[in-house]
Amino acid sequence: MAAAGPSVFLLMVNGQVESAQFPEYDDLYCKYCFVYGQDWAPTAGLEEGISQITSKSRDVRQALVWNFPIDVTFKSTNPYGWPQIVLSVYGPDVFGNDVVRGYGAVHLPFSPGRHKRTIPMFVPESTSKLQKFTSWFMGRRPEYTDPKVVAQGEGREVTRVRSQGFVTLLFNVVTKDMRKLGYDTGPSDTQGVSGPSPLPGLPL
Amino acid sequence: MNPKEEKVKIITEEFDENDEDTGVGSQKKTSKMARQKRKKRLPAAGPEEMVSENPHLGNQPEPLQEDSDTRPLSMTTRRGPRSLPPIPSASRTGFAEFSMRERMREKLQAARSKAESTLLQEIPTPRPRRFQSAGEKELETEFGAEPGEEAQKTEQEDDSQSRSRVKFRDSVRKIKTKPPVPPGFPSAEEAYNFFTFNFDPEPEESEEKPKAKNRDGTTQEEEEGEEEEPPVQGIHKTDEQLLISATEAEAFLWGLDHTAADFVAVRPADYESAHVRLQMEKELLFVPSRLTVPTYKKLPENVQPRYLEDEGLYIGTRPDVPRTCQNIMENRLLTQEPGRRWFGDDGRIVALPNPIKPFPSRPPVLTQEQDFRAELETLYKKAVKYVHRSQHMIGSGDSPGNFQLDIDISGLIFTHHPCFSREHVLAAKLAQLYDQYLARHQRNKAKFLTDKLQALRNAVQTGLNPEKTHKSLDTTQKTINEYKSEIRQTRKLRDAEQEKDRMLLKTIIKVWKEMKSLREFQRFTNTPLKLVLRKEKVDQKADEEAYEAEIQAEISELLEEHMEEHEQKMEAYRAAYQQWKAWKKAQRAKKKKKKQAVEEHPEEEMGEPYPEEDPVKPVPPEPTDRALMEHQVRERAARSRRRPGEPLLVPELSLAGSVTPNEQCPRVEVLRREDVKRRSIYLKVIFNDKEVSRTDSRPLGADFRVHFGQIFNLQIFNWPESLTLQVYETVGHSGTTLLAEVFLPIPETTIVTGRAPIEEVEFSSNQHVTLDHEGVGSGMPFSFEADGSNQLILMTSGKVSNSVAWAIGENGIPLIPPLSQQNIGFRSALKRADAISSIGTSGLTDLKKLAKWAAESKLDPNDPNNAPLMQLISVATSGESYVPDFFRLEQLQQEFNFVSDEELNRSKRFRLLCLRSQEVPEFRNYKQIPAYDREIMEKVFQDYEKRLRDRNVIETKDHIDPHRAMVAKYLQQVRESVINRFLIAKHHFLLSDLIVEEEVPNISILGLSLFKLAEQKRPLRPRRKGRKKVTAQNLSDGDIKVLVNIIRAYDIPVRKATASKFQQPSRSSRTFSEKHAASPTTHSPTHSADYPLGQVLVRPFVEVSFQRTICHTTTAEGPNPSWNEELELPFRAPNGDYSTSSLQSVKDDVFINIFDEVLYDVLEDDRERGSGIHTRIERHWLGCVKIPFSTIYFQAKIDGTFKIDIPPVLLGYSKERSMIIERGFDSVRSLSEGSYITLFITMEPQLVPGELVREKFDSQEDEKLLQATEKFQAECALKFPHRQCLTTVTDISGKTVFITRYLKPLNPPQELLEACPNNPQATAELVARYVSLIPFLPDTVSFAGICDLWSTSDQFLDLLAGDEEEHAVLLCNYFLSLGKKAWLVMGSAIPEGPTAYVLTREQSHYLIWNPCSGHFYGQFDTFCPLKSVGCLIGPDNIWFNIQRHDSPLRINFDVTKPKLWKSFFSRSLLYPGLSSVQPEELIYQRTDKAAAAELQDRIEKILKEKIMDWRPRHLTRWNRYCTSALRHFLPLLERSRGEDVEDDHRGELLKQLGDYRFSGFPLHMPYSELKPLIEAVYSTGVHNIDVPNVEFALAVYIHPYPKNVLSVWIYVASLIRNR
Repeated sequence: MAAAGPSVFLLMVNGQVESAQFPEYDDLYCKYCFVYGQDWAPTAGLEEGISQITSKSRDVRQALVWNFPIDVTFKSTNPYGWPQIVLSVYGPDVFGNDVVRGYGAVHLPFSPGRHKRTIPMFVPESTSKLQKFTSWFMGRRPEYTDPKVVAQGEGREVTRVRSQGFVTLLFNVVTKDMRKLGYDTGPSDTQGVSGPSPLPGLPL
Repeated sequence: MNPKEEKVKIITEEFDENDEDTGVGSQKKTSKMARQKRKKRLPAAGPEEMVSENPHLGNQPEPLQEDSDTRPLSMTTRRGPRSLPPIPSASRTGFAEFSMRERMREKLQAARSKAESTLLQEIPTPRPRRFQSAGEKELETEFGAEPGEEAQKTEQEDDSQSRSRVKFRDSVRKIKTKPPVPPGFPSAEEAYNFFTFNFDPEPEESEEKPKAKNRDGTTQEEEEGEEEEPPVQGIHKTDEQLLISATEAEAFLWGLDHTAADFVAVRPADYESAHVRLQMEKELLFVPSRLTVPTYKKLPENVQPRYLEDEGLYIGTRPDVPRTCQNIMENRLLTQEPGRRWFGDDGRIVALPNPIKPFPSRPPVLTQEQDFRAELETLYKKAVKYVHRSQHMIGSGDSPGNFQLDIDISGLIFTHHPCFSREHVLAAKLAQLYDQYLARHQRNKAKFLTDKLQALRNAVQTGLNPEKTHKSLDTTQKTINEYKSEIRQTRKLRDAEQEKDRMLLKTIIKVWKEMKSLREFQRFTNTPLKLVLRKEKVDQKADEEAYEAEIQAEISELLEEHMEEHEQKMEAYRAAYQQWKAWKKAQRAKKKKKKQAVEEHPEEEMGEPYPEEDPVKPVPPEPTDRALMEHQVRERAARSRRRPGEPLLVPELSLAGSVTPNEQCPRVEVLRREDVKRRSIYLKVIFNDKEVSRTDSRPLGADFRVHFGQIFNLQIFNWPESLTLQVYETVGHSGTTLLAEVFLPIPETTIVTGRAPIEEVEFSSNQHVTLDHEGVGSGMPFSFEADGSNQLILMTSGKVSNSVAWAIGENGIPLIPPLSQQNIGFRSALKRADAISSIGTSGLTDLKKLAKWAAESKLDPNDPNNAPLMQLISVATSGESYVPDFFRLEQLQQEFNFVSDEELNRSKRFRLLCLRSQEVPEFRNYKQIPAYDREIMEKVFQDYEKRLRDRNVIETKDHIDPHRAMVAKYLQQVRESVINRFLIAKHHFLLSDLIVEEEVPNISILGLSLFKLAEQKRPLRPRRKGRKKVTAQNLSDGDIKVLVNIIRAYDIPVRKATASKFQQPSRSSRTFSEKHAASPTTHSPTHSADYPLGQVLVRPFVEVSFQRTICHTTTAEGPNPSWNEELELPFRAPNGDYSTSSLQSVKDDVFINIFDEVLYDVLEDDRERGSGIHTRIERHWLGCVKIPFSTIYFQAKIDGTFKIDIPPVLLGYSKERSMIIERGFDSVRSLSEGSYITLFITMEPQLVPGELVREKFDSQEDEKLLQATEKFQAECALKFPHRQCLTTVTDISGKTVFITRYLKPLNPPQELLEACPNNPQATAELVARYVSLIPFLPDTVSFAGICDLWSTSDQFLDLLAGDEEEHAVLLCNYFLSLGKKAWLVMGSAIPEGPTAYVLTREQSHYLIWNPCSGHFYGQFDTFCPLKSVGCLIGPDNIWFNIQRHDSPLRINFDVTKPKLWKSFFSRSLLYPGLSSVQPEELIYQRTDKAAAAELQDRIEKILKEKIMDWRPRHLTRWNRYCTSALRHFLPLLERSRGEDVEDDHRGELLKQLGDYRFSGFPLHMPYSELKPLIEAVYSTGVHNIDVPNVEFALAVYIHPYPKNVLSVWIYVASLIRNR
């Protein structure tokens, strides 16, 4: 469909999972995936990714740098269910078992431009001390059945989590046709579109 | 000691103490006296008494029933032991006992001397007896210790301290005399004591506290006094010998058996170093004693303790400190140098009053549970909106909200105060009056009115002068009239004003006089007020003239007025008079007439009453009397006006008077003044209900004025709503009281600092105060009169002088929130936020009304006073601002209503979004809802709308048969409600739904895992490992595949040579009568010889179709083919919804069809045979296996050998019993009828099946029974976790029901019983067939979620749908009614998984019935689909299988053996006789044959259409001849239930259709819906033949059974004409 009347708007996001701060852990890798509503569909790019394993920098910052690129484009008809990026960080424990070190999620930025996000990470807690011990011992920490759980609000009340670490993400966001569909995502969107005023009877 | 006695004594002691308590006061005073008495008495007491009192020495007092005088004595005796060495307590001894004791003492003496001698031998030092040392101690305590004996003394103290604990040892110690110890060395006893003593504190130890002050403990006080008494000690001393011997006797009595040990000589311990160290430590360390410090030590020398309390001074309660702690502290302080300053006059440690509140400030934590409830009870309060706080926030975004309000509080004056004396009251009154006077004087309204009057008079004068006016007479007259009325009013006003002035002046003078008299009366002056009346001389003459002129003018005016009035009255009178006259005349005329009439009719005269009354003759109004008027005027003038020539009185109030000094005042007045001095006042500034600051506390002056002079600068952010000053008064050091609140107005925006006038705001309080001095109090009546009459009640009141203004900023800009913001901006903010809460706030009063009022009241718009109001009104009426005049709930809703509701409903997009968010099934997973309405197709909603429409309309088109349609509707409704329930349940999560967590391993798992370590890496017989399960959350189309592994098949029917067309196989060779599965048939295949060895009998291949996707295997050969192929079929979930609930309700089946691939030579010309092959492949359907997807989904895998569903008639094929049987494999294989296929079906990836509903259903079962079921199930699960054990089930209304209630003999349809009355086995089969004809519908499909609902048999028959349980229950019930022994078998079978079968016991064997297919199997049938047996359920019991094996082949079905079957009801839990939930009997309606016939025709028609539809590229011809032949044949099949007819049929067909190659078969199904029939026909692939000249035949037959159970036969065939 040409510029006359777009029926979808596009959201292009590139950026990277820059680094993480996990003071207690080392040799971590991360996975990302997107959670989005029913009206959204990825049109290009990778929806999921798994990074290399990185070790802590030797300097004071002790940052875990991945610089793991994200490049994805979504199309949608409805901003409801705006995509969220879900990150899960894994790393070996003392016994060398791969265990989860953090889950986190954040919405992709709404407005075009460059955005930096630091998201706090958390892991589910064991239900009892004994289980905590056995899970530590066996190297099978409690995990979410699906990392995407962290992007939804339903059912979270049954879990307990512990916070640990931060992950810093960088997004460059480009949107297309949002204005034309009647969605104004803030001041930085204005310079892009100089088109005609929205059509009468346009969707809201 | 006798315990009872002791108790009595204790009680009496208590009593004693109580007595003492009560008598404290008097005791104290009389203590000295008492002592004196005692002195006298004690010596007289005599030894006997002493002895009798000895027993109490162990702190047991003798209750003495003597007179009050003896009481002190009793106390002495009680105290006695304290000053004596420790003596064990003993029973009370009477005189008789005394002699006994004497004897004992003698014995003791002997023993002691013996011990002494032994001791003497060992320690050759002189030994003073213990009592002597005790005596010594007494002396020491009395007269001060000798310095050299310090150590000993302390040791002795220790002794006495721990006396009660070590009685026994003490007595022993006394028995053996103690050797004198060389200084520095501990004696043996000391050493012993040192190691064994418990150095416990003895708080009441009063050995050496002659002056300890203990105010609370009265007994101790007593004690103190006594211990000061030397004579007592003396007495003790004299009696010592006696006492000690007594105690020795006691000890002896007590510790007789210990003596042996005690007499053992104790050497001085070698452990000296410890003691030495102890001594050294004693020198180094200071251990404060716990003993009470004598008072004299705490006080300076020669100072008597002073008890302030006794002197009547109030002393606060001291903090509660334990006595010991206090003693320790005192001792410690005393050893320090300046210790004394810590002690007060009374010798106690100085202490502040107890800071601990007597009551807890926190609500008490209650321990009782019911109190908890009361405590936690919810109190409902009306919701308080808090929004307006922030909402009036002056928008921080609009301008920096930095505004300042300056509040200047200059002072406060009380116009009444409780401390006012009478004079003050008057003074205040006077001051008030004077203020009033001054104000009036300043305004001088009287003067103003007088002037106005004058002016008006002049105006009237000029108006009356006609030549001066140019106006028309009319207007002049009007104005004059107006003026006149105005004059009248003004005059009245003036008179009133003047009168008021005069009255005020009079009152002032009166009050002043009262005050003067009061001052004289009380002979002192409290206030400096002084009133001076200044007389102003006036010119008498001029004054008189003016007065007279005024009066004259008034009189003339009045006269004029009256004249006018008179005039009017006269007018009225005249009119009235005229009227009267006329009436009179008429009357007279009437009378005349009447007279005549009366004369004529005299009798009528009386009867005629006068119709109307006589109008009264009007009285002419009297003219006004001038003299009278003048009199009135003068009188009034005299009353209200100054008399001519009277001097003008000008009162002047000054503060020049002198106040009488305190010394000359009476005491009450002094008290009052002191009280006033103690009082101080401060103000709190409350802004918007929050305290923002407060003034300093200033003392109240004698003139009741408080000067503050403080300015508070309030930096405000919130729009000021209220400004309040709270007046607080502090009296002395006690608490403050809130006197009053003063509400200050928020200043206008024009008022800025510096321009604001000081205003006085009055306040008053309603507090009631009574004072005991000269102050009159508040709210209390008092009187100035001596007799108390004429009472006055005055309330505390006063004035606060203050000014409030907006501050001016640094650069001269007033820090005022801008007006626009106040009004417009403010309101727009309101529009944004909340309209309701702003109503009534400042600036938002109803401006329209205000404007209206302003217009009505003729406000002068030019009056500067009205300027702000006018401005406000102009703003309001200009329409710029808008105040909503409505009230709205959910006022924020409008903000979100971006379109109207109608538009919302019209918009397809919104509708779609709404429906999706409501999880309406059609739209639950709708993806990418278009952005525009125009892009949404109307048909999206069609299904949904249709469903909504159809909800109540019974659609007969699809179902043909109305009953079924109704049932379907009902099922649909049940399904919907269940689904809704599950949709809700879906949103409840458990931890396990979200988090994968390893379970805590138990020992066995740990052991297993350890065992695993030793396991082989590559075992010889590998086991299948469980695959990882995937939660069906993030799946999409194509992710899931159904894998079908087709391994092999057995006993596929083989072709019959077409050549043997006319060869009739002998009928006897194929007897199918041996259905007794227990006895496998052995056939001798007669026609196998027909085929030459090596000729292909059949070339079967398998085609799997699922969701219209078809895959097939390669073609194998022979009747026992082996394919070993894996087929992969994609799975699509409905609507792309891969949620568990959606997957559960997938109704699709996996069809596994077995075909025979037949090659036909189609070469037309034999000559071409050499050069080309022209064959046509035809496939002939042989049979199928149908596996519902739900089964695969729940089972995760299906692995086993299944019976192929082969049509009863398969033309051209026959079952081949090949050589295998003859070779003897028969017995192993145990072939029954039919062909089998081995399959393995699973899904990739494995889906996690939905979990059981986590809902506990309510039940009507007995609670005990339910507990028993739980217990039973738990026990069973413990033993065999995988065996199904069912005790309770959920019925269709969602209640838990005990399972045996479902089993009850129920009558099968009579029709079936009559069919073969002589053959019970045939009847049973018929019944089973009937049951199997009821369509199968798994609960998981009908009720999403795995909630297994059991319906009763009648419900089942009504619904005509159910799953295994219902079928099994019905079948079991039928069998029971047939008199069989039948059980429900809960177990697992292939392919169904957990299921229910029926077990019957025949004469010698057991039969297992599959209720859904109607087939039955012997117990030892290998092909029996039932693979494991969990439990058996009979009508009155449940038996759980506790045998090692659960395969029916290997278990014993004898439920009477408790070792094999664990029964639910046993001797411990008897069967309570549960009533059945089943109906009494089933009632069967005969099915309408006509309807069945109609249905039959319709089905046939529909199927034919379908077949034509499936062959879009080919012509479909129907062979009518064949069809009718088939139609005739189908009822035969029904009658014989598909057996035994094939050959007849074949013959007949051949006869009729000789030259056709015929391939076809009858299908038999229970009837539920049309769709399964179509699917079944489709799956046979009959339509796939694309031979050009093919013809088809299709016949349908429906056989109705009672209760609408329909058996459907469909015969499909294809015919190809042979040439």
